[in-house]
Amino acid sequence: MLSRTAEGLFWIARNLERAETYARLLQVGYRMSMTPSPAGGYESEWSSVLAATGNADEFSRHYDEVNERNVENFLSFDARNPSSIKNCIASARNNARANRVAVTTEVWEALNHAYLEFRELEKDRNALKKIPDLVDWVKRQSATIRGSFLNTQLLIDSSDFFNLGYYLERADNTARLLDVKYFVLLPTIHMVGGSVDSYQWMTLLRAVSAVRAFHWTYGGDHSPERIAHFLILNPACPRSLFHCCDRMEYHFSRLAKLYGTSNPAHYLLAERLERFYEADIRDIIKQGLHEFLSKFIADMGKLNNQIAESYLFER
Amino acid sequence: MLLSIDHQTSYRYEHPQRRIVQSFRMTPAECESQQVMGWSVEVEGACFGASFTDGGGDLVQTMTLSGPASTIDVKITGTVRTFDTAGVLKGHQELNDPGLYLRETSLTRVDDAIRELAAETACEGALDTAHAFTNLVAERIVYSPGSTAHGHTAIDTLQAGQGVCQDQSHLLIALARSAGIPARYVTGYLLTDAEGKYHEASHAWTELFVDGLGWVGLDPTNRCCPDERYVRLGSGLDAQEAAPIRGVSFGHGTEIMDVAVTVMQMAQQ
Amino acid sequence: MKKEPFSEMYVNGKVRKAYAVLSEWYNTCDPDELTQKQKEAETLFRRIGITFAVYGQGQDAERLIPFDMMPRVFLESEWRLLERGVKQRARALNTFLWDVYNRREILRAGIIPKHLVLQNEAYEPAVVGIEPARNVYSHIVGVDIVRTGLKDFYVLEDNCRTPSGVSYMLENREIMMRMWPDLFKQTRIQPVEDYARLLRHTLESVAPAKCEGEPTLAVLTPGAFNSAYYEHSFLADQMSVELVEGQDLFVDGDFVYMRTTRGPRRVDVIYRRIDDAFLDPLCFKPESMLGVPGLMNVYRSGGVQICSAPGAGVADDKAIYTYVPEMIRFYLGEEPILKNVDTWRCSESDDLAYVLEHLPELVVKEVHGSGGYGMLVGPASTKKQIADYAERIKQNPGNYIAQPTLALSTSPTFVEQQLAPRHVDLRPYCLVGDKIELCPGGLTRVALTEGSLVVNSSQGGGVKDTWVLAD
Repeated sequence: MLSRTAEGLFWIARNLERAETYARLLQVGYRMSMTPSPAGGYESEWSSVLAATGNADEFSRHYDEVNERNVENFLSFDARNPSSIKNCIASARNNARANRVAVTTEVWEALNHAYLEFRELEKDRNALKKIPDLVDWVKRQSATIRGSFLNTQLLIDSSDFFNLGYYLERADNTARLLDVKYFVLLPTIHMVGGSVDSYQWMTLLRAVSAVRAFHWTYGGDHSPERIAHFLILNPACPRSLFHCCDRMEYHFSRLAKLYGTSNPAHYLLAERLERFYEADIRDIIKQGLHEFLSKFIADMGKLNNQIAESYLFER
Repeated sequence: MLLSIDHQTSYRYEHPQRRIVQSFRMTPAECESQQVMGWSVEVEGACFGASFTDGGGDLVQTMTLSGPASTIDVKITGTVRTFDTAGVLKGHQELNDPGLYLRETSLTRVDDAIRELAAETACEGALDTAHAFTNLVAERIVYSPGSTAHGHTAIDTLQAGQGVCQDQSHLLIALARSAGIPARYVTGYLLTDAEGKYHEASHAWTELFVDGLGWVGLDPTNRCCPDERYVRLGSGLDAQEAAPIRGVSFGHGTEIMDVAVTVMQMAQQ
Repeated sequence: MKKEPFSEMYVNGKVRKAYAVLSEWYNTCDPDELTQKQKEAETLFRRIGITFAVYGQGQDAERLIPFDMMPRVFLESEWRLLERGVKQRARALNTFLWDVYNRREILRAGIIPKHLVLQNEAYEPAVVGIEPARNVYSHIVGVDIVRTGLKDFYVLEDNCRTPSGVSYMLENREIMMRMWPDLFKQTRIQPVEDYARLLRHTLESVAPAKCEGEPTLAVLTPGAFNSAYYEHSFLADQMSVELVEGQDLFVDGDFVYMRTTRGPRRVDVIYRRIDDAFLDPLCFKPESMLGVPGLMNVYRSGGVQICSAPGAGVADDKAIYTYVPEMIRFYLGEEPILKNVDTWRCSESDDLAYVLEHLPELVVKEVHGSGGYGMLVGPASTKKQIADYAERIKQNPGNYIAQPTLALSTSPTFVEQQLAPRHVDLRPYCLVGDKIELCPGGLTRVALTEGSLVVNSSQGGGVKDTWVLAD
């Protein structure tokens, strides 16, 4: 298939997943703003949210104050933020339009519908005063589009590129969510294990819609170690780093079989996955969760570039 | 005369470029005024292909280079035996109809001032007119290196009253076409004399089509017809179309180009 | 002068043979059912058409070309005449193109004035001397034809570059077959669905000599923002070839490649739907980033075929149009089968004087205009409009040509729950490769406003299915 088409599909998935993550981040901020800040906390919950997006610099170029209103606007409706929900949806839709023959009518209609409806939402922002409504809307659209894709798209290389984008973005986002929690929210080590801390860990789980799944897996033990294990190493968690990498491996292997050859992007991922098999959550925490996550996020960046190079995305 | 030519063009890029594609019109064709004894065009690391002879009889080659590349050096070396044909282009193989060279291009557009000047200056015969136009351009346009910018048109040149060989040629072309004489832009090399005055080793001049004679070379910069000091490289409707190198690079940042040309007379053998 | 236009359906009050079945069928139809079906057809068309619409921008996004469900019908015998005429023209135009880019015999013979060709903007110096595969320059020729009598067909203009609209021919038929399956069972209508296969075959047959094995084809589009993007993707899809943009292609050495996820893949034949000027920044507009740097050099050195050839437009130029009958005689030694419309060139003073004197009865067009914009239809214009237009002509006579107002034939059209005569034209698509093929059908455009002679979709025109009956 044309590299431009593969790239288009890859980015449709990345943008959709990113939009969903932003919605979930807004939800985290919104819930945390309703609970007391940890004693000695030096940042507001909205700063944490902003930090998680990796776009705090861009924010400070356009806004004076970090508060709910500004962050909400920046993450959802602001055209100046390249990753705002608005831009993610528009970019996914335009990519689909430019590669119209590569997506089914169902996928196209779902995407186009989301795009048009978002424009309506934007016109009438008062109807969306509450963040939860926006969050629900985004999650619903994302589920519809992904569902249409899974149900109607042929299982050929185009679906592999779509899924690579999807899992790469998701792995990156989970890592960022976790990093914010562990690094930004916790001012001192004493806070670990306190009641506020525990509440915030639950908020994080809630943000990834995994509270029940977590309880089902680990019972009532909310220890940070368990939660970190759940989101990093548990293959059953659909957002865990391990699961996302495992799925990428699956799609890389399918491509390798189809094309009769592997490439550096595949090797890079395989090597990353290998390290998960040997990993122990206690070692990770002992050696520093933040360091681990930063390294992982950097690896995902490298993987993205290597995919672009290996499949000739670059002009 | 036996002339040796050494022409180096180097491009330096602010950031490495992913791909570079260039079209070269840099190989002289044989004709009565020149016999090519040896010629080579080299670019390290590049792939040459897609070559053909265009309608004007010039060899065109395509150079592609896969990056990342921060520099390219185009090296041309050659030896040409030249003969004086009193400026007349003889024995040059080409397919284009001279009538084609009456077309206007954006660089050679004609306005009322040029049209009037052409009408005033035109003589009885095409050859006399050609010489009259050449003298007119030489008188009206002071040769002043560095005085003009890229994209300067014939109209701009007449207004400015100064320019380089490219500008003088464009104005001569515009005047000729306005008088119904086919005219074209010619690139090439020139043996620099001791004084070096007005001369540039990498040069451009003009050819006008005179019925009965064919294409006649005229150099408004030096107010003469090309003789054995000249090597003709290629031609086109204007400087852009005749350009020895046209290129595109894929990547960010600016590019800096450097050109060094030497033309030397070799001992006759 | 006032004469009833030729009716495609009735002669002296009797139904013509071509329309016999349709007429009989129509009489047995319940008008309510017809109205119902018309609505269904619209919905169906809208559903496919919605894809036309989403690619449009801004205001045009929802504008679809109205579809009329009463087909325009030809008998096979009538079609054979048209077919011979169109093929003859396509042959002559391609020979002309080969000639003006090589030996220029027609100019030497003084049949066409030199300057009309050599100084024509559409004449491309970069193509001089090239001999493309099978010496074909224009691989898809769309000829716009109007009918004024039983055997009188006139060519309004030729389209040698990249004629559009063929997707309508195919989609219109698709919808008609879904709407009226019984009608198709009763009538023997020649199918048009072969078009994509024929197009593919035509493109394959002109692969360059350097191509080994089965040629790789691609459709080159300016991108999703182009108004005809739907047609580009439709044709690529129907031919099962890649739809590429300039950025997907690159030149390396002697060939052009497309970037695919399996690595570079050589492209042998490009069916381009972008204008000459945007093909290659190294040859044409240096600032254009739509094209492929080096593409023209590869083309000139025989590494790729571009369909239609750059510079093919000189054959369909309005100034050259008047010489097509002469071309047919000169190159083919035949008499033209299809007639040219008399044309006055305002650039010539005698013609200009005539035109200015007879404006109320003429149609005046801009030389480089298209889409029915900027034209004057004398008989349908007010005195003031005519006077204003006369001023425009005087300002720049070279920009205008004039033709007599032709009484375009009418075809029954379903308007406000009943049939009414409306003026139509026809654009068949002729494919030129190893063979010359004409798909039995075409795009019939209809002026939906009563009495209007302007069929362009931008000016209130619609489209119809075009039937060629099998004997």
